[in-house]
Amino acid sequence: MSQVNRLSSGGRIDRDTSLEFTFNGRRMVGHVGDTVASALLANGVRIVGRSFKYHRPRGIVAAGSEEPNALLQLGTGGRTLPNQQATRVELFDGLVADSVNCWPGPDFDLMSGIGLFHRLTPAGFYYKTFMWPASFWKYYEHVIRRAAGLGRAPTEPDPDHYDRMNTHCDVLVVGAGPAGLSAALAAARAGARVILVDDQAEHGGSLLSTRRDINSGQALDWVAAASEEIAASNAVTVLRRTTAFGYYDHNFVGLFEQRSQILSDGGDVSRQRIWRVRAKHVITATGSFERPLIFADNDRPGVMLAGGVRAYVNRYGVTPGRKICVFTNNDDAYRTALDLHDAGVAVPAIIDVRDDPIRDLPTEAMERGIDIIDASAVTGVNGARGVKSIEVMQLNAAGDGVTGQARTIECDVVCSSGGWNPAIHLHSHSGGKAVFDTERGIFVPGAAVQPSHSAGAAAGIFDLAGCLRDGTSTGKAAAANAGFKNASRRKVPDTDTEDEGPMRLLWSVPTTAPIGRRGKHFLDQAHDVTAADVQMAAREGYTSIEHAKRYTTLGMAPDQGKTGNIPGMAILGQALGVDNVGDVGTTTFRPPFTPVTLGALAGRDIGPLMDPVRMTPIHHWHELAGCKWEDVGQWKRPWYYPKSGETMQGAVNRECLVVRNAVGIMDASTLGKIDIQGPDAAEFLNRIYTNAWLKLKPGSCRYGLMLGEDGMIMDDGVTTRLADDHFLMTTTTGNAASVLEWLEEWLQTEWPELKVFCTSVSEHWANVTICGPRARNLLAEFTDDIALDSKSFPFMSYREGTVGGVSARVYRISFTGELSYEINVPASYALNIWTALMNAGEKYGITPYGTETMHVLRAEKGYIIAGQETDGTTTPDDLGMDWIVSKNKDFIGRRSLSRDDNMRNDRKQLVGLLPTDPDKVIPEGNQITETRLEIPPRGTRIAMIGHVTSSYYSANLGRSFALALIKDGRGRMGDQVYMPTPNGIIAAEITGPIFIDLDGERQDG
Amino acid sequence: MQKYSIFSLIKNALAYHEGWEKVWRSPEPKSEYDVVIIGGGGHGLATAFYLAKEHGITNVAVIEKGWLGGGNTGRNTTIIRSNYLWDESAAMYEKSLQLYEGLSQELNFNIMLSQRGVLNLAHNLSDLREIERRVSANRLNGIDSEILNTQEIKEFVPIINDSPNSRYPVLGGSLQRRAGTARHDAVAWGFARGADTRGVDIIQQCEVTGIRQSRGKVTGVETTKGLIKAKKVGVVVAGHSSMLADMAGFRLPVNSYPLQALVSEPVKPVLDTVVMSNTVHVYVSQSDKGEMVLGAGIDGAHGYTQRGSLHVIEGQLGALCELFPIFSRLRMMRQWGGIVDTCPDASPIVGKTPIGGLFINCGWGTGGFKGTPGSGWAFAHTLATGEPHELNAPFNLDRFTTGALIDEHGAAAVAH
Amino acid sequence: MLLIPCPFCGEREESEFHQGGEAHIVRPKDPDELSDAEWADYLFLRKNTKGLFLERWVHLHGCRRWFNMARNTATNEIIAVYKMGAQPPKAAINKPPKTAVDKPPKAVGKGAKK
Repeated sequence: MSQVNRLSSGGRIDRDTSLEFTFNGRRMVGHVGDTVASALLANGVRIVGRSFKYHRPRGIVAAGSEEPNALLQLGTGGRTLPNQQATRVELFDGLVADSVNCWPGPDFDLMSGIGLFHRLTPAGFYYKTFMWPASFWKYYEHVIRRAAGLGRAPTEPDPDHYDRMNTHCDVLVVGAGPAGLSAALAAARAGARVILVDDQAEHGGSLLSTRRDINSGQALDWVAAASEEIAASNAVTVLRRTTAFGYYDHNFVGLFEQRSQILSDGGDVSRQRIWRVRAKHVITATGSFERPLIFADNDRPGVMLAGGVRAYVNRYGVTPGRKICVFTNNDDAYRTALDLHDAGVAVPAIIDVRDDPIRDLPTEAMERGIDIIDASAVTGVNGARGVKSIEVMQLNAAGDGVTGQARTIECDVVCSSGGWNPAIHLHSHSGGKAVFDTERGIFVPGAAVQPSHSAGAAAGIFDLAGCLRDGTSTGKAAAANAGFKNASRRKVPDTDTEDEGPMRLLWSVPTTAPIGRRGKHFLDQAHDVTAADVQMAAREGYTSIEHAKRYTTLGMAPDQGKTGNIPGMAILGQALGVDNVGDVGTTTFRPPFTPVTLGALAGRDIGPLMDPVRMTPIHHWHELAGCKWEDVGQWKRPWYYPKSGETMQGAVNRECLVVRNAVGIMDASTLGKIDIQGPDAAEFLNRIYTNAWLKLKPGSCRYGLMLGEDGMIMDDGVTTRLADDHFLMTTTTGNAASVLEWLEEWLQTEWPELKVFCTSVSEHWANVTICGPRARNLLAEFTDDIALDSKSFPFMSYREGTVGGVSARVYRISFTGELSYEINVPASYALNIWTALMNAGEKYGITPYGTETMHVLRAEKGYIIAGQETDGTTTPDDLGMDWIVSKNKDFIGRRSLSRDDNMRNDRKQLVGLLPTDPDKVIPEGNQITETRLEIPPRGTRIAMIGHVTSSYYSANLGRSFALALIKDGRGRMGDQVYMPTPNGIIAAEITGPIFIDLDGERQDG
Repeated sequence: MQKYSIFSLIKNALAYHEGWEKVWRSPEPKSEYDVVIIGGGGHGLATAFYLAKEHGITNVAVIEKGWLGGGNTGRNTTIIRSNYLWDESAAMYEKSLQLYEGLSQELNFNIMLSQRGVLNLAHNLSDLREIERRVSANRLNGIDSEILNTQEIKEFVPIINDSPNSRYPVLGGSLQRRAGTARHDAVAWGFARGADTRGVDIIQQCEVTGIRQSRGKVTGVETTKGLIKAKKVGVVVAGHSSMLADMAGFRLPVNSYPLQALVSEPVKPVLDTVVMSNTVHVYVSQSDKGEMVLGAGIDGAHGYTQRGSLHVIEGQLGALCELFPIFSRLRMMRQWGGIVDTCPDASPIVGKTPIGGLFINCGWGTGGFKGTPGSGWAFAHTLATGEPHELNAPFNLDRFTTGALIDEHGAAAVAH
Repeated sequence: MLLIPCPFCGEREESEFHQGGEAHIVRPKDPDELSDAEWADYLFLRKNTKGLFLERWVHLHGCRRWFNMARNTATNEIIAVYKMGAQPPKAAINKPPKTAVDKPPKAVGKGAKK
């Protein structure tokens, strides 16, 4: 197919460079500078897709982001993109584009059968049916889902990458049309740091699509000069193909930049990027959107917007048809007729709803011999697959009916204009209100609530001279607001002012029958919402604009109702007898202005960078040893170290036996470590922990529990007094950051009189723990300045000295009940010490052990893990840890412990469980029942008395065991309880929570 | 009430749909009602409906300052499930789910309950333990719930990233098959239509400006449409509960935060269930229209702006793209916020206040939509009898004094 | 995303901070003297104002220092920041809020801390 609709000259395309592409498998050619839409039109394509609900043939309507119909699937496989607006995609060589939501294609669509039932499927029909039989909704829904959904998601992971940028500026100018360029120039000339963004590849905005003069030359020459001056300024950043998609609090604006060709692999260049801009002042010069006149069957391919047609002719050198009628309520659309005429395209008639329009532009049209049919309206469109002719009738004075004979005018395109709506989206995002201008039937921006201005058409100023003036003054004001008061005195450029007459508001165009009875008046072509749907919503009582929008789905498609929302509100108002659209409700726009790629919002924070990975200094040794990893918060911890062919249980059994019988070694570097110093440090700990700290001797360690102010256990750990005014606190791995924050909060906000400083040293000190009866022998080989005998270095104490030639802090504390030394060395020495200990320990059969073995061993001793035996509802007494709760002092959370619920004697208490079958390991987390009951059928409940918190097979015990929280557990010693599982009931006996070494004799080795 | 069915649809189609009746009246308020419900969201409307239906109390007004269902009812991600940990919550949400299961027929309004399942993912050992505990509790509470391993999850959701090398790999999950989604607006509208039909006055665009009391008992509410007397008043205003409590002169343990949600552009079906991950903060389902509906996080600070921060959703989308790599190229189409009222224990308050005749239903946080019918049912009982039903008795305001909280934050953070 | 003027570091992005709830709540000196209800009030009952709200923030990924802030929760306008232990600037409290419905709180916490 050749470019049948390409005009012989004109347009901002490079006619020497041809680009080949396919549309629904057909090969076509366009040029550099084309959008996919302009290229399709050039190639004579009329039907680009089928509509969402009725599967009616649809064509291109507009030339910008307001396009409702031309949504295409671009590319295939991992790079495919659904629902791309053809009007916004720059054409490139090799593009593969297909229609969405039709099969096999838009010209012949088997789904169009659905359209036959259109009478049965008005707005919200699904709320009224598909309810019988009740169980069938899922089948109905299945069909509905398959019919909905437009394009197809990619089938493979995204091969491209994205970036996020952060930046600041004095003045952010959104839009590089006449107002935006003027504003950017003025602000830059005043010396402000300016960011100028525009969603197009080239500057000019509306000027790209019109033939206007500025300073007695072509407007685009002025654009080029302005653009050049701006680009030359060091203080200005120009971002093209970039959309300001959201305006958030405190002048934070999100920009979305298209960097590479829409489908191509950008190589090292990210495909798109998000700019997060913090601006001192924001100027939204975002222009306006033309709204269509809503007439019967206004969705036929060939029904377009007048401004869109103008853009195709002037910017792309394409005419959408050979005979183009213009239907308008204002003077501006006459420009389209003039441009078409001058480009050699026949304009059979201009249909103007106004009576006798005689100003500059209509006069020019008359001079060119174009037939102007005034006080009339298009009442029908003939040609289901594309406009063949239109019906025109006389309008009555009220505009609510037509009279006389219909006149048929042959044409292949009819373009309409119902006036222009300021694009107030960003103003609305920023929290600003919209104010209705009754005269012009438009919403204009109300007072700014953040440091910002709307300028030009976005502020409701539609004449070019006004836009240039407004842009300049706004740019100066914004710069001054940002502190740059030396504005340039250069003159605002001159332009011809045309005398334009007022428009005549006509929200829906009448036909010979009431709306809804003859033809369909589409408001939202993307969602197939008609004027009759809105009227029906009003009749049914969905009278709030929000109800009507939700009921009819008006404005909820990918174009977000950029053309149909305001007429829709007006039609709702009319149905309710409200004259002023502003009284129907205001409209609040939500980000994004145009859709933004999810991957771009994620930026580089995906894959391994989704969350930082924290590794201990011994990480790579563990990896080489073939350990399995456990994620604990951001940390990677060795879980267990299987030997070749060994199961997890086998590895854990082996590790457990070695620790209890010889010596094991563990990397405990991830434990939180907080260095606490100051003269009041002991007093501070005394308030934080439940037990007493004032009298702890330097060199001694003590276990502590900390509660929230609600009395529930928050964290635990051993804290050591290094000196009178110096402590080292350890926390659980996962809570290290939150505990430090907690300490600082109390110090700074509640007890500022305490002289204490807290510093995280978690990553400064690595912790190599050796544990087991041979631990002392092993350590002895590495130190000669620390006496290791129990008397000189007793349990729960700490010594400083040299280990393996490195100065170390050695803590004799134990989380397994065995003789244990936690050797803390500066992180950079950790691997060295670790490997030396491993080598020397070989003779004892030393083995590294992971978190799983640690868990088993500590559970054998009944030691709790905060977050496993506790769940935010657990008190010290629940765990039988009353011994650590001081009665003689206040501490955080103490008062809460005496509240009624904490005094109940049927609270869940920590106990041990021994399964009757010693080989059965109860699933961790399983609920517990008092009587032997299977899992009940759905709808039947059985009472639970607690749950299993930890459960393991113990190689040392030669059997399974568990810890559990059971209601009044300490009063049920020896009782049988039951754990119903999907694989049958497990019975167990309640015991104390300590299974090994009841008297704690092993800790001394 | 005009019955909705395929037959009425055909009949009305022949009349160009010009014969449909109003879904609800727009009456002016009377000077006095038996019960006034403040708040015309899903919970308030459900309360009115069940007051009329279950208790025969129809001299009821629902007062809404904006438009029905315009708060969190119309802003949530429509997820319904009952697989809660604690008995009290499980009972409440299961009642709600059971009511949902018959709601389209009961209301003669298709709420499009889609029981496509809700899958909660586990990404670490602590998650797995928590899921085991919750699923076990669900089962003994008579609620359907099952555990899936990674392979079963991959079969259930073929587009999920099941790579063990993922930053937080999917280790397993729990599935409630009866859970799913429903059309949020339809729930509000259906309850409104049902309540209106039974005689309840629904008064929109009417703001409460004061709560009249005498001797510690409520006597009525002052509104922008005048004084409306009532001896029983129910406050069901979600994010704005603290303001109403202020008016009435008592305090609540409630904090309001913006919660964001977003939808992608619509695509053909690729995700046939609801996937939730607490650990990486992803909540996603695909609507009947084909959009991915994503729940994002709560903003870090109190607020009533109904618009959230960009950085909150950015973090969420990283996790989403990691979990569903094919979504990376889809685009966000619309983003919005609601104001959620959260309690310290992440459970609601449904019951009495210190003022006689004044009852409150709030604090549903991010879980309000799924609780709508159950909440309304129990609150209607409370308003009708003056005493809570056993379903909502545990959700009293006193629990913050006694300490009998119902902590649904899920098992606490990972430690050791 | 808010731009928060840390009193110690200057303006920084909200993501560097953590909000710590209502300001000016003082921990009771002698909790034992309080009834359970009074203790519950201290623990859980909070102002949740739409409009002027006095709250605590910490510059977590910065100087790690706590400070107070007066913010309009209906508009996110930051009215003042002031140090721990200080009372909110009178001008900030008396400033008419931007939205008509919002009233300034009747009383600002008695204590000087938190």
